[in-house]
Amino acid sequence: MARQLIKGNEAIAEAAVRSGCRYYFGYPITPQSEIPEYMSARLPEVGGTFIQAESEISAINMVYGAAAAGGRAMTSSSSPGISLKQEGISYIAASDVPCVIVNVMRAGPGLGGIQPSQGDYFQAVKGGGHGDYKLIVYAPSSVQEAADYTYKAFDVADKYRMPVMILCDGLLGQMMEGVELPPMRDLSQLPQKDWALRGWDGSGERRIINSLRIQPDELERYIDELYRKYDTIKQNETQVEEYLCDDAEIIFASYGIVARICKSAILKLRKMGIKAGLIRPITLFPFPEETFKKHAARDNVKKFVAVELSKGQMVEDVRLAVDGKKPVGFYGRTGGNVMNEDDLASFIAGGK
Amino acid sequence: MAVFHKTKNLTSKPFHYCPGCTHGIVHRLVAEAIEELGVSEKTIGVAPVGCSVFAYDYFNFDMAEAAHGRAPAMATGIKRVHPDCLVFCYQGDGDLASIGTAETVHAACRGENITIIFINNGIYGMTGGQMAPTTIMGQKATTCPDGRSGINGYPIKICEMLATQEGTYYAERVSTHNVKQVLNAKRAIKKALKNQIDKKGFSIVEVLTNCPTNWHMSPRDSLKYIEEKVIPYYPLGVFKDKDAEVKNA
Repeated sequence: MARQLIKGNEAIAEAAVRSGCRYYFGYPITPQSEIPEYMSARLPEVGGTFIQAESEISAINMVYGAAAAGGRAMTSSSSPGISLKQEGISYIAASDVPCVIVNVMRAGPGLGGIQPSQGDYFQAVKGGGHGDYKLIVYAPSSVQEAADYTYKAFDVADKYRMPVMILCDGLLGQMMEGVELPPMRDLSQLPQKDWALRGWDGSGERRIINSLRIQPDELERYIDELYRKYDTIKQNETQVEEYLCDDAEIIFASYGIVARICKSAILKLRKMGIKAGLIRPITLFPFPEETFKKHAARDNVKKFVAVELSKGQMVEDVRLAVDGKKPVGFYGRTGGNVMNEDDLASFIAGGK
Repeated sequence: MAVFHKTKNLTSKPFHYCPGCTHGIVHRLVAEAIEELGVSEKTIGVAPVGCSVFAYDYFNFDMAEAAHGRAPAMATGIKRVHPDCLVFCYQGDGDLASIGTAETVHAACRGENITIIFINNGIYGMTGGQMAPTTIMGQKATTCPDGRSGINGYPIKICEMLATQEGTYYAERVSTHNVKQVLNAKRAIKKALKNQIDKKGFSIVEVLTNCPTNWHMSPRDSLKYIEEKVIPYYPLGVFKDKDAEVKNA
């Protein structure tokens, strides 16, 4: 299939349509507004529905309704808008409803800035909304991956009946790269959703989409069940890239666009005689703990260095996985600033 | 031959509502109207947060339980997937007229083809009697213990407000304080549901109800309170009906 030169945001939108997304609800916010713009033109062409909602809160609750009714539904936003969606995300997670949420991160906190950031890692991975729940979180590192993981996200969401997040940043959303887009799905081949709302004809059980479990024992049983599901997801869905790790003494840990900067720095460091490598989590939840454990146990690994566009969020999960076996350093930029490979190379070469 | 039967659109689960509360009456009116319209098997209900949070246990339909205030947004999503289903929201005043005002107004402005049954009893019942957006002036609540006054702001008039919006097809306020009004409420609810079947667009019926428990009144006194105190601020009647506009044109 032909490669096309398109923006990250547009690749996400088109991949969603090709994966069977026919219901998109969103609200404008920089740097992701190309997604609703694209969907407003594209979805009517395939018989889908686009609504520019009155708020992020409404948008996620429209997703909740459409997904509860069996449609493949998506919303997208950027950091402040994702904060507004957290209420709905918690309800969706607690109702076993599948959907896809895209966060094209910008710098926070507050209104923050509109330049790239990875400051929403905690929000995406540790819950975000109230209560005990998780999202599956994909962190694409290229426009191609943004398309591929958005496409996959709808299948994974349906498989586990839960919300899935695509966590990328403003840089990835805005940049153009050559992409091979996945094929258009035949909607009639998608799995049936017997649990979805559609009107009850009196046969079998009627369907109730609900997150209220007022009896403590019932709620605890449900949460235990959710966490058994998350254990299965850890077994089945963890994805990670290891780059030049085999002989590496210094191992970077980074995701998304930052991982590409790390790769450039690694090549530079290797020319300087420093054996560096990279562990790139592709799924942030489930986090690839075992990969970190494996390398932490190697004698020749001196240390890990987490690199993020934040004050250090994923680094906490790296420390948990490394479990004190090796030192874990950190390099980060905030405010919408992005490090380059020279920054990282001199940080490491300087013995930090 | 039986002259009255319980509608099959209500389950056999006993209502949890307080003695004398008219929620149960409105549940029955909605359920009966849908049965009479012959669309029971194509109906999806959206329950709110508040006293009617367990409505999914009583209405014998496919049901969704929305977050507080978000029922119109959730119903929008459901309706867009199943345009041939009858999708209704059943919401109280705190839900619809306070935390969910934006969802309500914009569903109306979009002309969303859904039906909203809006229960206005002027109080937060489930949480124990706090001031609602529709608590009338002078009415006491646990968060305006001396009675609502200017410092609490003024009660919101939803039907009047929605009537000003182009997208609203039908907005009527009815009451449950006596048998005649209950029968009138049934007519309005049925019309609002029929509008959706006829693809006419956004319809809302505001139903004045009581709260003997949190109004600290006997059921009888609470009904009298609706008639004497609530209706003067919230007059009954049709605030918008595009059917009539067509007829009068």
